[in-house]
Amino acid sequence: MRITCPFCGERELGEFTYLGDAKPVRPAPGASQDEVYDYVYLRDNVAGAMEENWYHGGGCRAWLRVTRNTLTHEISSVEPAAGAGARQVVK
Amino acid sequence: MTSSQSNRLDTGGLIDRSQPLNFRFDGKTFSGFQGDTLASALVANGVKLVGRSFKYHRPRGILTAGSEEPNALVELRTGARREPNTKATTAELYEGLDAASQNRWPSLAFDVMSVNQLFAPIFVAGFYYKTFMWPAKFWEAIYEPAIRRAAGLGRAAGVADPDHYDKAWAHCDVLIAGSGPSGLAAAVAAGRTGARVILCEEDFALGGRLLSDGGTIDGMPAADWLSRTQAELAAMPDVRIMTRTTLFGVYDGGTYGAVERINDHLPSPPEHQVRQRLWRIVAKRCVVAAGALERPIVFAGNDTPGVMMASAMRTYIARYAAAPARRVALFTNNEDGWRTVGAALGAGLQVAAVIDARAEISAEHRSLASKGGFPVLHGSVSGIDGGKNGVRKISVSLTGGARAEVEADGLAVSGGWNPAVGLTSYHRGRPKWRDDIAAFVPDGAPPGMVAAGAANGAFGLGACLREGFAAGAAAARDAGHGSGSGATPVADDEAFSLAPLWHVAGKGKAFVDQQHDVTASDIELAQREGFESVEHLKRYTTLGMATDQGKTSNVAGLAIMAAVNGKSIPETGTTIYRPPYVPVAIGAFAGHHRDENFHATRLTPSHHWAAEQGAIFVDTGLWKRAQWYPRTGEKDWLESVTREVKAVRGGVGFCDVSTLGKIDVHGADAGAFLDRVYINTFSNLAVGKARYGLMLREDGIVYDDGTTSRLAEDHYFLTTTTAKAGLVMQHLEFCRQVLFPELDVQLTSVSDQWAQFSIAGPRTRDLLKEIVDPSEDLSNEGFPFMGAREVALRGGIRARLFRISFSGEMAFEISVPARYGEAMARNLMIAGKPFGVTPYGTEALGVMRIEKGHVAGPELSGTTTAADLGLGKMMSTKKDFIGRVMAGREALVAADRQVVVGIKPIDKARRLRSGAHIIPKGETPGPDNDQGYVTSVCFSPTSDQWIGLALVERGRERIGEIVHAHDPLRGEDYDVEICNPVFYDPDGGRQRG
Ligand SMILES: [Zn+2]
Repeated sequence: MRITCPFCGERELGEFTYLGDAKPVRPAPGASQDEVYDYVYLRDNVAGAMEENWYHGGGCRAWLRVTRNTLTHEISSVEPAAGAGARQVVK
Repeated sequence: MTSSQSNRLDTGGLIDRSQPLNFRFDGKTFSGFQGDTLASALVANGVKLVGRSFKYHRPRGILTAGSEEPNALVELRTGARREPNTKATTAELYEGLDAASQNRWPSLAFDVMSVNQLFAPIFVAGFYYKTFMWPAKFWEAIYEPAIRRAAGLGRAAGVADPDHYDKAWAHCDVLIAGSGPSGLAAAVAAGRTGARVILCEEDFALGGRLLSDGGTIDGMPAADWLSRTQAELAAMPDVRIMTRTTLFGVYDGGTYGAVERINDHLPSPPEHQVRQRLWRIVAKRCVVAAGALERPIVFAGNDTPGVMMASAMRTYIARYAAAPARRVALFTNNEDGWRTVGAALGAGLQVAAVIDARAEISAEHRSLASKGGFPVLHGSVSGIDGGKNGVRKISVSLTGGARAEVEADGLAVSGGWNPAVGLTSYHRGRPKWRDDIAAFVPDGAPPGMVAAGAANGAFGLGACLREGFAAGAAAARDAGHGSGSGATPVADDEAFSLAPLWHVAGKGKAFVDQQHDVTASDIELAQREGFESVEHLKRYTTLGMATDQGKTSNVAGLAIMAAVNGKSIPETGTTIYRPPYVPVAIGAFAGHHRDENFHATRLTPSHHWAAEQGAIFVDTGLWKRAQWYPRTGEKDWLESVTREVKAVRGGVGFCDVSTLGKIDVHGADAGAFLDRVYINTFSNLAVGKARYGLMLREDGIVYDDGTTSRLAEDHYFLTTTTAKAGLVMQHLEFCRQVLFPELDVQLTSVSDQWAQFSIAGPRTRDLLKEIVDPSEDLSNEGFPFMGAREVALRGGIRARLFRISFSGEMAFEISVPARYGEAMARNLMIAGKPFGVTPYGTEALGVMRIEKGHVAGPELSGTTTAADLGLGKMMSTKKDFIGRVMAGREALVAADRQVVVGIKPIDKARRLRSGAHIIPKGETPGPDNDQGYVTSVCFSPTSDQWIGLALVERGRERIGEIVHAHDPLRGEDYDVEICNPVFYDPDGGRQRG
């Protein structure tokens, strides 16, 4: 598998680390235990296009939001995480 | 020379008769020529019997001339280089080649195990499952060893592989598998556009079937066209031709696997050269021009030596000038098989008869038969009279019911051709059936891949050239290259006619899968027993599961299955195809990553100095760390470690702790960021101070710990444990980039930039004064406990100095740029001489941390909470942080959790060991009363006895209780007392002094 890092270009799978589903959003401070439990443990088992977190640890150390088809491994989009890249501070 | 090669033809062939080569097979010396394979050389020497079969030990000969060979497997080379299951049909001959047949005892000609044939009923389909059901213990003791001796292929060398293997990447626009007419036409078409082309050919020569079958292309003999085309390709700078290279797999994103047998054609690789290279090729487009495999017809005795695929027989005759037989018969159901008659007659061999399963043959062939003086029998071969010395007589069932016999010493068989659909099917593509050619053709190929020529079911030479050329041009265009120049090579298409025939009923064993000894009746039996799906059939009979992956057997097997099920072949379907296309040595996948190069090695900045000191090193992850520094006269590690601990506690010592992960945290929100990733607060840490921090995972379990210092308002310096250095960096980047992008913070890994030393002991300050510039105030007031700041060293180097202590002594950690690390170690030794400075290793470090009750890896085990470690009070209640909510779950705050305590043996002379279970005193150990386990132990020089840390249920409420330590692994049982985990200086006065 090959992933096109927005910073480094097309690179081989071995440079990346997979984390998993990028959809769950960390609950705001004060969220209930149930909400946090869902965030930590509940995952959809998607057959098809899925947004995932990947880490380019063998390259620029950016976290990427990769849309991958879990059936074919086809990658339809790679976006940098909101805070990826130097000086890219989202205010 | 030729005189010894009884079956070598006097003329012809692509062998170099000026280069004779001697070789040995089963201890006998033979000769062949450069350009031979081991198989062709054996054929040339009249050797028909080359092996014994897997289950029945039946005599077997050479069936094919390529990598699809099921029978002619040998042990090639001797000693450490002995390689089992090497196909004689692809092993190139070299001077001194030494090969042995497999699976025979005591000799190939007389094999005791062939009595297995008499017990054939027990070796039927599913015999493992049926015969050796129980008792279970018989498996290991009796059945498996017996089966392994009786059945099984060659022997592995049994010693380490002496050769080297390499791995490499390549990138191209168009990758082409195969160099037959289709592959070469594709390469020419793509190459002319300027595209970057890689062509992989398994053979050592380009040409594919052109080498055996010839033909006329562009009005010239195929051999001339081949030379012209090779010259054209060689002149193209961006076309790379890789012979002896098999494309064995296709992976996601247009990545292909190939193995290049660089030096397998030599006795051993030249010095400093690798044997094989594993290629990962990234290609925008791929043209599979892998050709087709001729398929056998299954009939009784079809495994008799001398029965050979018709195309293979042509190859031996035409390419190698070696006659597999003197008097040849042909059994065919199609037009193409007849080409073998032409080749045999052309070489001056006798043709005994042609048995053609079709109702009609062409006028051209009728006249060939009459000119050649041999009969054409319409019917099928129903049996073979012969044995280990080969075919003698062939029984024929004539259409209409009569029988005939043909005397011949070789039988060429052609059941038609199966396109090589492996590569195109490796992404679960299911080949589709084409009735007109009675074969499966590729369907559902991976993105970017197309098949062309015979691999796509186009069997005529003209069609192969047209399809190949078109596919190559299209692939180059799709890869972004314009059109090329030049015309499509032109050749005629041979007539195609085939009457499907898979299996001829008859008396005697009719083999479908010769390598695994699976017969037609095994398939029928499997069907009767309910294994009707092809996937079940495959596993129950082991059809197609041998090293050849059923290249010559799968389609025939499922055709027979379809027939007994009363279904069509497409209804029956194929099994899933999986890579690799040919067996690939594990060594090629490992490449140079073996032995000491299995993984990278990281050396600490003071490594070479430590080695000079005679340090014993221990592997911790990728690092080599000094474990202790033995001195002359010390009888064991314990004596050395005890001395090191005493030296630190009584004077001063130092230890390289550069392996800790180090991260610079910069930015206006650096403090706020750390507040979210640690359970305790860092935003309120004063500049110039350090603080111990604990990190949780989001599920509430402890992740990592370390000391973090604030060097400036917007600059923190964070350390992690050695083991988690990379993972914590990844985790913090996730927090920064994904969870908290609104924070103004940047992370920089500086683990490799700083050499860090712990300097510990009551005389630390005396030593440091010799190192640090005199202007720096190191007094307790000027540099108090948990102080952290940059200092100047004597000589001007800037260093970071931290007053932190893992040992419990008055201690500092000092960081200097990594390039000064070794000099720092040497200077500490020189400057510390008056104070008896002692370098200490990770063992002494561990002893002192256990004496102080500090937790480390064994306690941060991925199951413990902050409270379990006795650090629950650090958890801030005033802020959110990673893991806060989940750490509050009922089970994680339960009163009966196992928590860290100290333990000491009641018998003061007893040695403790990690892993022992804690059981209430007086009870019989069992899972119900297992209350925890010992995590860390050491001999404590300070306590003069073994001490340990343990995770014990409700441990903190049980200080003073005597419990039982049960160690079933080592067979040890003893009592220990639960105690406070801080064995040394519990009020911490020494580190603050
Ligand atoms: Zn990158």
